[in-house]
Amino acid sequence: MCLAVPGRILTLFGDDPAFRTANVDFCGVRKTVNLAFTPEAVPGDFVLVHVGFAITRIDEEEASRTFKYLQQIGALADEGIVLPVDLPAEAQSA
Amino acid sequence: MRYVDEYRDPGIAHALAGKITRTATKPWVLMEVCGGQTHTLMRYGISDLLPESVELVHGPGCPVCVTPLELIDQAIQIAGLPDVTFTSYGDMLRVPGSHSDLFQARANGADVRIVYSPLDALKIARENPSRQVVFFGVGFETTAPANAMAVWQARREGLTNFSMLVSHVLVPPAMRLILESPSSRVQGFIGPGHVCTIMGFGEYKALAEEFHVPIVVGGFEPVDLLEAISMLVCQLEEGRAEVENQYSRSVDYHGNIAAQNIMREVFTVADRKWRGIGEIAESGLVLRNEFAAHDAERVFNLQPLNVEEPRECISALVLQGLKKPIDCPAFGKRCTPMNPLGAPMVSAEGACAAWYQYKRHA
Repeated sequence: MCLAVPGRILTLFGDDPAFRTANVDFCGVRKTVNLAFTPEAVPGDFVLVHVGFAITRIDEEEASRTFKYLQQIGALADEGIVLPVDLPAEAQSA
Repeated sequence: MRYVDEYRDPGIAHALAGKITRTATKPWVLMEVCGGQTHTLMRYGISDLLPESVELVHGPGCPVCVTPLELIDQAIQIAGLPDVTFTSYGDMLRVPGSHSDLFQARANGADVRIVYSPLDALKIARENPSRQVVFFGVGFETTAPANAMAVWQARREGLTNFSMLVSHVLVPPAMRLILESPSSRVQGFIGPGHVCTIMGFGEYKALAEEFHVPIVVGGFEPVDLLEAISMLVCQLEEGRAEVENQYSRSVDYHGNIAAQNIMREVFTVADRKWRGIGEIAESGLVLRNEFAAHDAERVFNLQPLNVEEPRECISALVLQGLKKPIDCPAFGKRCTPMNPLGAPMVSAEGACAAWYQYKRHA
């Protein structure tokens, strides 16, 4: 029910903030999405879409930071290196 | 798909599972609140990757599952009226009321339609001025702004044939109820990532402090959930009880203010009955008086019903994490997704349906 899917904004339509929409690409499937809750979103941005609304612009910087950390864990494990129990501060991104 | 595939990487998942195994020195019981997370945990067999000392229990986080029986009965009543087009997200249609469901109503001739968005229901209303179009507004905080926006747009456009049957519930009051229960075993929560995308993780601090329970807001992919579990186990081992945010690519402290504003303009907080659990104070949303013309309960003058759950169903205990689906004598026998006794067996996100689909042969 709370499922939300990431997609990339292609084009924007409309000026009225409550009715503004975008054409959003989900790996080839395109849908019209309401942008009332993400007024800052522009073409090229990834947004998280839930029941026809973009509920947030995905923070690329946060995503790549977390992911680099996660990759590091995976890479270390592949090398048979056991990671210390404490998480580096960057993973605790609260 | 970007932001999805990389969070399903098996190497990273196994590395995180290994880290959890090395960190956990004591038994810990963790609850995921959100049904979407329950589904991921089951689908990817995450509990099988964890050490035996880390136990996952499933929370009440499926809005479809906690919509009260009598509201389903009322939805069926409205759908059966002449001139009504009843619209709903698909997973509500199979939820059994006390004697039938919305699919059955459709088979009996009612105009019941599945929509993907409340805006689709609004479109049907615009295009069919002679019909009363009713939308079943179900959901947690994730969905509330979208449903609020549909009502707000209807009022602004002066649509007189669009109304919403509202069954909106809020996550923090349900977590409070679970924590206050003397039989609660939950020691840490995976917080609901998309609910927090809207509301921010700030509002969970009060719960963490009052009950000294760690809460880590998590995403929905296997790697997200394993990282959230790892962060929770870390906190528990160190005796900390903080709110942390694993899902930082979508969630921040304050949440989506534009979405919260429309939600507060259209809805107000009220007591709500949760199916299988009972009434929880200030745990849901109802339409404000200014939007009464779009409130299906008032438009159709619904009278309160009092109906009883099937006796054999233990969904109340399952939804609070006190029992596992497999503890129910009816599970997989008299209660299956094709023929559900209770709501958690209906929605794919319900704990019983997820167990049936992925763990019944385990």
